[in-house]
Amino acid sequence: MEALAATVSWDACLIVLPLLGAIACFAWPNAAKKLALGTALAVLVSIASLTIRVTAAGAFRHAVGAWGAPLGIELLVDGLSLVMLSATAIVGLAITIYSAGYFKADVSSRFWPLWLFLWASLNALFLSSDIFNLYVALELTGLAAVTLTALAGSADALTAAARYLLVSLLGSLTYLLGVALVYHGFGSVDMAVLAGRVESTPVFWAAFSLMFVGLALKTALFPFHFWLPPAHASAPAPVSAALSGLVIKASFYILMRLWFEIVPADYSTFTNFLGVLGAAAVVWGGLQALRAKRLKLLIAYSTIMQVGYLFLAFPLAVAAAWRGALYLILSHALAKSAMFLAAGNILYCAGHDRIESLDRIAQRLPMSLAAFAVAGVSIMGLPPSGGFIAKWLMVEAALKSGQWWWAVTLVLGSLFAAAYVFKVVGYAFTQAEAPHTSIDVPAAMEWAALALAVAAVLMGLIAPWILASMEIGRAFPGAAIP
Amino acid sequence: MNASTALPLLILASSLLPGLVIFFLPESSIRIRTALNLFGAVTKLVLVAVMARGVLHGVDYEARMRLLPDLDLVLRADALSLLFVSLSSVLWLLTTVYAIGYLENSPHRSRFFGFFSLCVTATVGVAMAGNLITFLLFYELLTLTTYPLIVHRGTEVARLAGRSYLRYTIAGGALLLVGVVWLSTLFDTLEFAPGGFMAGTEAASRPGTLIVIFALLIAGLGVKAALVPLHGWLPKAMVAPAPVSALLHAVAVVKAGAFGIVRVVYDVYGIEFAANLGVTQPLVMVAAATILYASVRALFQDDLKRRLAYSTVSQVSYITLGIAMVGPIATIGGIVHIVHQGLMKIALFFCAGNLAETLDIHKVSDMDGVAHRMPWTMGAFTVGAFGMIGVPPLAGFISKWYLGTGALAAEQGWIVLVLVASSVLNAAYFLPIVHAAWFKTPKGKWQDKRDRQRLETRWMLLLPPMATALLVLAVGLLANMPLSPLEWARLITMTEYGP
Amino acid sequence: MSSVPLFALVGAGLFCIGLYALIVYAHLLRKILAINVMGSGVFLVLATLADRTVNAAPDPVPHAMIITGIVVAVATTAFALVLMLKVAEKTGRAELPDERTG
Repeated sequence: MEALAATVSWDACLIVLPLLGAIACFAWPNAAKKLALGTALAVLVSIASLTIRVTAAGAFRHAVGAWGAPLGIELLVDGLSLVMLSATAIVGLAITIYSAGYFKADVSSRFWPLWLFLWASLNALFLSSDIFNLYVALELTGLAAVTLTALAGSADALTAAARYLLVSLLGSLTYLLGVALVYHGFGSVDMAVLAGRVESTPVFWAAFSLMFVGLALKTALFPFHFWLPPAHASAPAPVSAALSGLVIKASFYILMRLWFEIVPADYSTFTNFLGVLGAAAVVWGGLQALRAKRLKLLIAYSTIMQVGYLFLAFPLAVAAAWRGALYLILSHALAKSAMFLAAGNILYCAGHDRIESLDRIAQRLPMSLAAFAVAGVSIMGLPPSGGFIAKWLMVEAALKSGQWWWAVTLVLGSLFAAAYVFKVVGYAFTQAEAPHTSIDVPAAMEWAALALAVAAVLMGLIAPWILASMEIGRAFPGAAIP
Repeated sequence: MNASTALPLLILASSLLPGLVIFFLPESSIRIRTALNLFGAVTKLVLVAVMARGVLHGVDYEARMRLLPDLDLVLRADALSLLFVSLSSVLWLLTTVYAIGYLENSPHRSRFFGFFSLCVTATVGVAMAGNLITFLLFYELLTLTTYPLIVHRGTEVARLAGRSYLRYTIAGGALLLVGVVWLSTLFDTLEFAPGGFMAGTEAASRPGTLIVIFALLIAGLGVKAALVPLHGWLPKAMVAPAPVSALLHAVAVVKAGAFGIVRVVYDVYGIEFAANLGVTQPLVMVAAATILYASVRALFQDDLKRRLAYSTVSQVSYITLGIAMVGPIATIGGIVHIVHQGLMKIALFFCAGNLAETLDIHKVSDMDGVAHRMPWTMGAFTVGAFGMIGVPPLAGFISKWYLGTGALAAEQGWIVLVLVASSVLNAAYFLPIVHAAWFKTPKGKWQDKRDRQRLETRWMLLLPPMATALLVLAVGLLANMPLSPLEWARLITMTEYGP
Repeated sequence: MSSVPLFALVGAGLFCIGLYALIVYAHLLRKILAINVMGSGVFLVLATLADRTVNAAPDPVPHAMIITGIVVAVATTAFALVLMLKVAEKTGRAELPDERTG
C-alpha cells in the first residue's frame, strides 16, 4: 500500500481525475450523477494519500512529464496548498451529493461537466508553483464559475453572470500585465526563483500593484465587491456555495502566496491601507447583510464581510494573524457553503427566499434551518467553531502588536454577523401554520448542508493538527512572531 | 483514559447525548423522551455524587484537550466547581420533572427538551471549566442554547425578549472574548488557580492594563449576572415557559455570570492582588447599587414573574457583593448564596408556574386567597419568600448573616445598611403577596384549567416546589452539618485565602 | 533596445484604451471588444519584453505565454458572445442594467 502511495502522482490525479470525470459526464449525461460521485470519492482518496505522503516526507515539487521550468509545468505541494485542496475536496463532496438531488434533468446534464471542470481548475490553481500557471488556472476557474452562474437561466442570473465575466476577465488581464512586468524585471515566473531575485524596485511595485488590483477584483475586496452579491445570490444554490466557499478564496490564495514568497519587505502604509479596505468591507458588508430582504443576498453580503476579515491579516502581518486568516478561509469555506445549501433547500421547498416569509417554511425544514444556525455559529466566530479559532488568532495578533483598532473591527464584525444570523434564525421560532404548497426536499440535500455546518464547528477542535499541517514546507517564511 | 479523566467528560455527556438524541425524536414519542430526560438527569446526579466523594478523598479529576498550540481546553473538579455542579444537577432533575408536567400536550417538545439538555450541559461545562478559554466556550454555548428556550413560545413578545437577550449577551460575550485574548497575550497560562495566576509575574507590573482587562471581563460576565445597568434583558426574558425561567434564574444563566465573577476575582486575579489593584471596591459598589435599585423596581411590578425577576437581579448581586468585600467571612456568605439563592428562587418560580398553569394567575393582584385553593404551592412559595427576606432559620438568613458579619469584619459598615435596606424591601415586595394569598378573600372565580382531582395540581408540578422548599429549610437548619453548602463554602474560602 | 519601451508603451496604451472603453460603454459587445483590446495590449507588452538581452535570441518563454493567452482569449470571447446573446434574448437588450445597491 505504501509503495503504491509512493509511486502514484496523487497531485496530478487531483487535476486529471476531475477533468476526466467532466469529459465522461459530458459524454454520458445519463450516468453523470454516478460518475460525478465516483470522481468526488476518487479525489478524496487522492487527497488523503497526498496528505499521508506530505505529512511523512514533507513538501515537494513535481515537474509534470519531467519537463522542468521554465518551459515545463511544475506542481508544488506544501502545507498551504494541501490545506486548500482538502477544503475544496470536502466542500466539493458535499456539493456533489447535494447537487444530485437539486438539479432537474435538463440543467443537470450541463451542470456536471462544468462543476467537475471547476473543481479541476481549482485544484490546478492550488498546485501551481509559478505565477503564469496561476493566471491560466485563475482564468479557467473564472470561466467555469461564470458559466455555472448562468445555469440558473433567469434574466437576473444571466446579467449577473455577464457582469461577473467582465469583472473576472478584467481582473485576470490586469494580473497578467503584472506577470509580464515581473518576468521582464526578474526573468522568471517561478515563485521560488523569484523569491531569491526580486528587489524592491519601481518595476516590481508597479507589477505587484497590477497583480494586486486584479486579484482584489476577483476576491471582491471592498470597493471591488459590486459584482458579487448579484452573482452569488442568483446562481443555483450549489453553485453559490462553490463560488462563495471556494472560488473567491482562490484569488486570495494567490495574493497570500505572492505576499509571502515574493514581496521583499512589508510596507506599513500599504498594509494599513489594505486593513482600512478590509475594515470598510466588514462594516459595509455587515450593514448590507442586515438590510437584505432575501436570504441568499444576505449570505452573499456576509461573504463580502468575511473577505474584509481576510485583508485585516495584512496589517497584522505576524504568523498568528496569517494562520488566523487561513483558518478563516477554511472555516468560512465550510460554513458559507453550508449556509448557501441550506438556503437552497428553503428555496427548493418554498419557491422563494424572502426572509420575511420564512416563518411559513421554518417549521417544515428544521434540519436546514439548523444547518444555517450551526454554520452561523462559525460565521459569528463563537466557540468552539473554526471561525472562533480564526478570530482568536487574529484578535490575539492585533493585541500583541498593539494595534487594538483591528481587534475592535473584528469584534464589531462578529456583532454584525450575530445580528444578521439571528435575524434569520429568529423566524424558526415563530408560530405559523404549515404552508399550502411546498415540495419535499430530498434528505441527502438536508444532510449535506447539516454535515458541512457541523464540520465547520468541529473544525475548531482540531486546530493544532490543521495548524501544524499548514506549516509543512514553511509556507510563511517571512511571517515570524516578532 | 482512566476514571479521573473520564468522569468530567461523562458528566458532560450525560446531558449532551440525551439532548442530541431528543432533537431527532418525533413529537409523539413521549415515553422515550421522558425516559431519556430522566435517565440523563439521574445519571448526572449519580456521577456528580461519585465525583464529590472522590474530591473529598483527594482525587484529582481533570480532562484536557489541546485547542491551540499553547492553549488547552480543561475540565477540572475543584471544590468551587463541585458546588456549582451539584447545584445544577440536583435542580436539573427537579426542573426536568417539572418541565415534563408543565409542557404536557404543548407543541415542539422535542426541540424544547433538546435545548434544555444542551443548556444544562453548558452550565455544567461552565462549572467545571479549568481555565478561562474553556469557561468562555461554555459561557457562549450557554447563550446559544438558552435563546431557543426563551423564544420557545414563538409569540411576538417572546421574540422581542429573545432579541433583547441576544443583544446583551452577544455583546457581553464579545467583551469577555477581548478580555480573555488580551490576558492570554500577557500571561503564559489562563488556568484557574487558588490565589490567581497574576501575582509575581512580569505582567503584574502593568496595573493600568490589568484594570482595563478586569473591567472588560466583569462587563462581559455582568451581563449574565444582571449587574445594573446590564440587567435589562432579564425582566423581559420572563416570557419564557416557567421551567425555563426557573432554570435561568436559579442555575443556568445568571448563576454562570456570578460564578464567572467569582472565578475572575479569586482564581484569575486572586483576591489580594485584585484588592491591591483597587478593583474590588468599585465592584462592591456596583453590587450594592444593583441590590437596592432592583429591589425598589420589584416593589412596583404587578406581574408576578417580573417581580421575581427583579428580585433575582437584586439577590444574585449578593454573591458579587460577598466575594468582592475582601474578607473570608463575607466570601463564605457570597459563595454559599450561589446555592441558597438558587434553591429559593427556583421554588418561587415553580410556584409562579403552578399558579399560571393551574389557575391562569399571572398578576400579584389576582392572588387574593389563592392559598385556600392551592395550599401546598403557596406553602412552598411562603418558605421561599421568607427565605429571601432572611427569616431564620431559612437559607437566606445564613447568607445574610455571613454577609453582614463579613462586612463588619472587613470594616465596611455601610454594607450592613445596604443589607438591612434590602431586607426591608424584600419584605415589602414579598409579604403583601403572602398576606393576600393566605388571608384575603378571593376577588372572583379563577379560570380553573384542570378538573380538580385529589391534588391541587399534577404531582409533577407539585413535587419540585415542595422539594426545593424543603431544601431551603434544610440547608438553613443543617448549615453546620458536614457536606452542607455552608461547609463547602468554608472549604472553598479556606483554599482561596490560604491557611 | 530603444524600440522596446516604445512597443511596451503602446501595449500599455492599448490596455488603458480598452479599460476606458470597458467602463464607458454600456453595450456588451463593445465591452467584449474592449476586453480584447486590453488583452492585445498585454500580449504586446509580453512580446516586447521578450527581447531582454541585446544581440541575443529573444527569450521564447513569453511567446509560449502569449500563445496560451491567445487560446484563453479566443475561448473566453466565444463564451462571452454566447452569454451576450442569451442576455439579449432574456432581457431584450444586450446591456447590463444599472448598478443596484442593496
